[in-house]
Amino acid sequence: MNNQKIQNYTPGSHPDLLPPVKTSGPLAWVRKNLFSSTLNSILTLFSLWLLWSIIPPFLDWAFFNSIWTAANREECWDQMASPALGACWAFIENRFSLFTYGFYPPHLHWRVNLSFVMLVLALIPVLYEKLPYRKYGLIYSAIFPFISGWLLVGGFGLETVDTDQFGGIMLTLILGVTGISFSLPIGIMLALGRQSNMPILRILCVIFIEFIRGVPLITLLFVASTMLNYFLPPGTVFDLLLRVLIMVTLFASAYMAEVIRGGLQAITKGQHEAGDSLGLTYWQAHRLIVLPQALKISIPGIVNTFIGLYKDTTLVLIIGMLDLLGIGDASLADAQWAGLANEIYIFVALFFFLTCFGMSRYSIYLEKKLHTGH
Amino acid sequence: MRALLKSALALIAVGALVLPVSAGTLEDVKSRGELRCVVSTGIAGFAYPDESGNWKGFDIDFCRATAAAVLGDASKMKAVTSTGKTRFTKLNSGEGDVLWRNTTITFSRDVGIKLTFVGVNYYDGQGFMVNKSLGVNSAKELDGASVCIQTGTTTELNLADFFRANNMKYEAVTIEKNSEARALYMSGRCDIYTTDASGLAATRSTFPNPNDHKILPEIISKEPLGPATRQGDDQWADIIRWVYNATVTAEELGVNSSNVDSMRNSNNPEILRLLGVEDNQGQELGLNRDWAYQIIKQVGNYGEIFERNIGTNTPIGLARGLNDLWTRGGLQYSPPFR
Repeated sequence: MNNQKIQNYTPGSHPDLLPPVKTSGPLAWVRKNLFSSTLNSILTLFSLWLLWSIIPPFLDWAFFNSIWTAANREECWDQMASPALGACWAFIENRFSLFTYGFYPPHLHWRVNLSFVMLVLALIPVLYEKLPYRKYGLIYSAIFPFISGWLLVGGFGLETVDTDQFGGIMLTLILGVTGISFSLPIGIMLALGRQSNMPILRILCVIFIEFIRGVPLITLLFVASTMLNYFLPPGTVFDLLLRVLIMVTLFASAYMAEVIRGGLQAITKGQHEAGDSLGLTYWQAHRLIVLPQALKISIPGIVNTFIGLYKDTTLVLIIGMLDLLGIGDASLADAQWAGLANEIYIFVALFFFLTCFGMSRYSIYLEKKLHTGH
Repeated sequence: MRALLKSALALIAVGALVLPVSAGTLEDVKSRGELRCVVSTGIAGFAYPDESGNWKGFDIDFCRATAAAVLGDASKMKAVTSTGKTRFTKLNSGEGDVLWRNTTITFSRDVGIKLTFVGVNYYDGQGFMVNKSLGVNSAKELDGASVCIQTGTTTELNLADFFRANNMKYEAVTIEKNSEARALYMSGRCDIYTTDASGLAATRSTFPNPNDHKILPEIISKEPLGPATRQGDDQWADIIRWVYNATVTAEELGVNSSNVDSMRNSNNPEILRLLGVEDNQGQELGLNRDWAYQIIKQVGNYGEIFERNIGTNTPIGLARGLNDLWTRGGLQYSPPFR
């Protein structure tokens, strides 16, 4: 009855046995996460079926059967086995310049390109703290909106371009970047004003914030587009884009103020008192102690507002300004290409997804960097 | 809703009162050197941007014709894009000089919103489109059908009236935009799609198999589309009216963009008057002597504008129908140039 194996190793150096197959490895993972109960098994199978019925047809449509060069829809569909079998990305390619620059005069496109490069350069010092000579970079970032405004609109030696020629991605970025960069400082001021001890200032801030938050953005845009013309003195030409930019910025500022107020309220009284005991003035205490902490905890909310504002810029389409979505819609009225709505909307969605996702990733990076571990 | 509408109208009316009485649109346009037309943000065949961002279409061509008449150069126009909701304020607030925007003339728009409509450059009407496989031949057979319809338009009211008058029921599938309707109709979510007949034709032309669908013969509403100006500037309204009339008269007299130069030597006194060779009617309008010549030379006559943008050789493929000249059984009829 001696069927025990002979042990060839010294006591205590027994090698670790592999864990049972049921508890480790891919099979166990699948068991644990996908088929742990009857309900989960059913849901897993259902999801697999759903993915199977959506993804392959979409890939077929978007890639395998798609056409990338054609002069119009007819030509595009002629290249397919049957009409509308695949996506006709040639439409996007054909309109790419229109989608990017809107109606900006083609010989002046360099001004838009230059502004875009300058925008990227202006963002770097704002986004990355470790940049050498960041101080000078920030000065540049602060004056960038004015340089780029001059570059885009013209005047002072440059050929002027009316702002109603703006459109497409360019207009979307102008609205988004202006709204974002001006709403944060205004929002901080409003949030501080709302907590101020000075009654008039406080009441004004509260009225402003509550009024703006109580009115839909569409209403404000309509006011900017139509009503202001009636209120302004006769003969004043007040640029529509400027009116809309002001409305969008004010709208975002009110929301921003409330987000930041949340952050400010999370800062304990002790922090304010610490500042006072060091002999700091109100502004010094806020700049050095309160705001850095308050803004840090408000980051998710701030970025949330930014993304919301950025996507809300598409609403200008209802007052007749053609941002990326608007110009896509307008292009669908061209009988040469009409009927390719899916292609347009997917392209617009992709653009917005990439930019918004970028913002959200940056906010996560910033949160991690500023995390001081409480 | 009605109260809201009334107060909105009142506001607009107040706005019209506050509005400065300008020196006159003609002087403004001439001194600016550019004509601003309120146009749509995109209606197939009527107004759309091409790939280089130039606006094209039936309405745009009439805007170009106006610029040719007033400024002598059809390219000196600018498209002020507007949605259905903002078009009248854009005109009344002075952002645009004239409205060439696929706009139905109705009593309330003419009287309530203080506009002057000066003519009908396109006679449209609401129709129905169905898939041929349904075997429907008349709109009277549509009892119980599901209908794709744009919300907040006159078409919605017309539809309700038509079904009620014929004692039929329908299920409304409301949509916001044409592209949405197209997708729903193609997926079979709605049996019929109803909008203006020109819109139906334009939509049908974008289907993979246009011949599987048919537009029913019944036209259930009158949609006369025409240009509008601000009320109270009669000289400017006259100019717009006669720009349109000039295109129709030119077609009637057989004058088009290719033969207009030789027509200046014609023996027909009507042609000579139109082209400003004999009389100087332009001066009476406040325009140059050759204003109509410039329209025809640079843009074309009514028939050319029609065929170029929405005619049978375009993807839209509309027949002249009601928009043919009165001499060929249509409704396009211009008072004489005399």
